[in-house]
Amino acid sequence: MKATVTVELKASVLDPQGKAIQHSLSSLGFGGVEDVRAGKLFRIVLADSGQTREEIETQVRQMCERLLANTVIEKFSYTLEE
Amino acid sequence: MKFGVVLLPGSNCDHDALHVAKDVLGADAEPLWHKDTDLKGADCVIVPGGFAYGDYLRAGALAKFAPIMEPIRRHADAGGLVLGICNGFQVLTEVGLLPGALMRNQHLRFLGRDVHIRVEETDTPFTSLYERGQVFRVPIAHGEGNYYADDETLDALERNRQVIFSYSDEEGRLTSDANPNGSARNIAGICNRARNVVGLMPHPERCSESLLGGASGLLMFKSIAASLARV
Repeated sequence: MKATVTVELKASVLDPQGKAIQHSLSSLGFGGVEDVRAGKLFRIVLADSGQTREEIETQVRQMCERLLANTVIEKFSYTLEE
Repeated sequence: MKFGVVLLPGSNCDHDALHVAKDVLGADAEPLWHKDTDLKGADCVIVPGGFAYGDYLRAGALAKFAPIMEPIRRHADAGGLVLGICNGFQVLTEVGLLPGALMRNQHLRFLGRDVHIRVEETDTPFTSLYERGQVFRVPIAHGEGNYYADDETLDALERNRQVIFSYSDEEGRLTSDANPNGSARNIAGICNRARNVVGLMPHPERCSESLLGGASGLLMFKSIAASLARV
């Protein structure tokens, strides 16, 4: 099973890095870039241990909450694939 | 009375803190290795500046799983003193001993220079010898010092007088120009509800000797010593 986790700043939190990227895109001549938010992507390969999909989801969610995201400022989402 | 200075892989201000505690203040001080599971009798634990675990993932994020963190958590819960300086502040927020988070500086640049901070509260073991409203010059050196918490948390911090240091100009005005990194409400340092855990981004241990351009930071170490002597 493979999990792909995305972590990004909450919408309410300013993202100066995203802003800087947005400005750079504009100065490169890409018109119409209204907003950029930067984030992190984690590809996690999980060994097959006979767990159900629900159990794996719970585990991935705990990984996000305990380490991958700082939920004070960040939100996370994930997808699972065989 | 004893200081313990935590040595995480990537800490780099540990010797400065040990030097001030030992050689300048004349107190007992010992390094605490990250794999240690006891505090060697330290009354005040300092989590120093640096780049613990290379700042991988987020500054301070990986430090919370160091074995030394468990006794530090117990020490803090029991009312023991814990001081987080710079990266140490980031670690303490990640560990959950202090509220909020430290984000990338507003203008994305690493800042290594002097700033002025205003002492907001003196009824903590870390600031008892300062004057309320006192302004002093202190070095900062960080890329992620932009203090963030949601409005509700910020209001609670102010209501409970947990904001201990604010970035100010030389006259003590909290202007946006005096705010080096975009920190919410010019916050430079805070304490927990019980006031025994303090974290700040500036480096008091780097301005504790007049030889190094100023000794205002030494008052923090002296405050700690004074409050421990009273116990």
